[in-house]
Amino acid sequence: MVEFWTAYVWPVLWIIIQILMFLVPVLIGVAYLTYAERKIISAMQMRIGPNVVGWFGLLQPIADAVKLLTKETVLPTGASPVVFFLAPMVTFGLAMMAWAVIPVGDGWVISNLNVGILYLFAISSLGVYGVVMAGWASNSRYAFLGAMRSAAQMVSYEVSIGFIMISVLITAGTLNLTELVLAQSEPLFGVLPGWYFIPHFPMFIVFFISVLAETNRHPFDLPEAESELVAGFMTEYSSMSFALFFLGEYANMIMMSALITILFLGGWLAPYDVAPLNMIPGVVWFALKIAMCLFVFIWTRATFPRYRYDQLMRLGWKIFLPFSLIWLALTAGFLVYADALPG
Amino acid sequence: MIAAAIAFYVFATMAVIGGLNVIFQRNPVHSVLWLILTFFNAAGLFVILGAEFVAMILVVVYVGAVAVLFLFVVMMLDINITVIREGIHKYVWAGLLVGGVLLAELVTVFTSWVMFDDAASLSTAPTPDPNVITNTEALGNILYTDYVYLFQAAGIILLVAMIGSIVLTYRTRTGVRKQVIADQVARRPSDTLEMVKVESGKGLQ
Repeated sequence: MVEFWTAYVWPVLWIIIQILMFLVPVLIGVAYLTYAERKIISAMQMRIGPNVVGWFGLLQPIADAVKLLTKETVLPTGASPVVFFLAPMVTFGLAMMAWAVIPVGDGWVISNLNVGILYLFAISSLGVYGVVMAGWASNSRYAFLGAMRSAAQMVSYEVSIGFIMISVLITAGTLNLTELVLAQSEPLFGVLPGWYFIPHFPMFIVFFISVLAETNRHPFDLPEAESELVAGFMTEYSSMSFALFFLGEYANMIMMSALITILFLGGWLAPYDVAPLNMIPGVVWFALKIAMCLFVFIWTRATFPRYRYDQLMRLGWKIFLPFSLIWLALTAGFLVYADALPG
Repeated sequence: MIAAAIAFYVFATMAVIGGLNVIFQRNPVHSVLWLILTFFNAAGLFVILGAEFVAMILVVVYVGAVAVLFLFVVMMLDINITVIREGIHKYVWAGLLVGGVLLAELVTVFTSWVMFDDAASLSTAPTPDPNVITNTEALGNILYTDYVYLFQAAGIILLVAMIGSIVLTYRTRTGVRKQVIADQVARRPSDTLEMVKVESGKGLQ
């Protein structure tokens, strides 16, 4: 009996506990990301923002959640019921699945996968299914157009994301996310932090913009451009299914910020390995870096007008793709020339 | 070990169920969705085998790119199932004939299959130990040394295919008002604006 407990029950329980320790902070983070977004944008537009529910409006996300849950779930006529309800679950589930491999501190990871970065890339490339299924199953023109746009957009920007990831990977010489972060611990020239956003600076910017397009955020939020398509692929969704889309989208933003942090901003590492800085735990650094990325996401939303569809495609295929390809060749060439290839 | 066995049976059964549903679903969009499930389970089987790199590449390439294109195309088609099923009695014999020939061929191939005595030892011998070397490294070592010419040849074939499809579908249309960013950036105020001082009481001309 004891053997059965230690061999089978406890490992499973331990994994579930670990998953909860990741997902509960992520979901609280999602709730307060919506609050932060409204507060930051209102500050940028000289408004007050949510301030009625709770102190400084701090309970606003909870009020919103309760409001969404108590609304009626509507199934449009002619919709394909299974696919219609599967779509938000796919979006939400994928956004949660990605956290399985993200290391938030040294050894603080559920699964230290050897191909962690490929896993993340696979998961983020699956995000398009939630959108496409929603658009198709809704049996609505707006939803379908939004889904078509989104599919083309996400597939296009994935290509440059992939190439940039490869450039970073050949610099680090590993596909393991923990090792990738540790590879950035060596200071650059002895003075600068060894984070990859310095040697790969142009690609850091390109990657950030591609992530905006991949997560359907402003200024690339064409799938849900409200002035043309009502709400795009989400048009027919209400109540719980809408809430799942909403949660999934914001969780994706946090996940992508975590990815930027790991690839370019040195993960949980402090900028310098000196006394006051390295006494702060790695998780705090990780959270701070994610928060910084998220702030830029929101800042972009408040600042830039929406792109037109052909401009978006032109940017993805004619500028980012060749640019990231050239950068890949340059990185590989430099590493071979300087005899700095790892491994 | 028992966990791996359970996982294997779950993945294998789901893959077979998914594969059958790809054929038997009436709605082609549902077929593609089942196909995606099959891909996932195949990736799961690869993970059990310890081939994590192949598993991830399977998901990235087949689910993330190929199946998206399938879904894209199938969703755009306006398919009327009753129209498709109209001539089924006419075509069923031809279909059965082709299927029968294929089945007979497969049966003859598999029954006349002779295993070389040392085959088992030859195929297992060069596999590196996953505890010593990671998947990615092992594959890279083989792909870029022993098979580098074949690898490059595959790349060239894909490049030719890509250029070919671009050449076949590319057409220049005249009379289309297209946005040329360079032209817009090169515009100067002097090209389009003229500052005129208008005397009061008189028109411009």
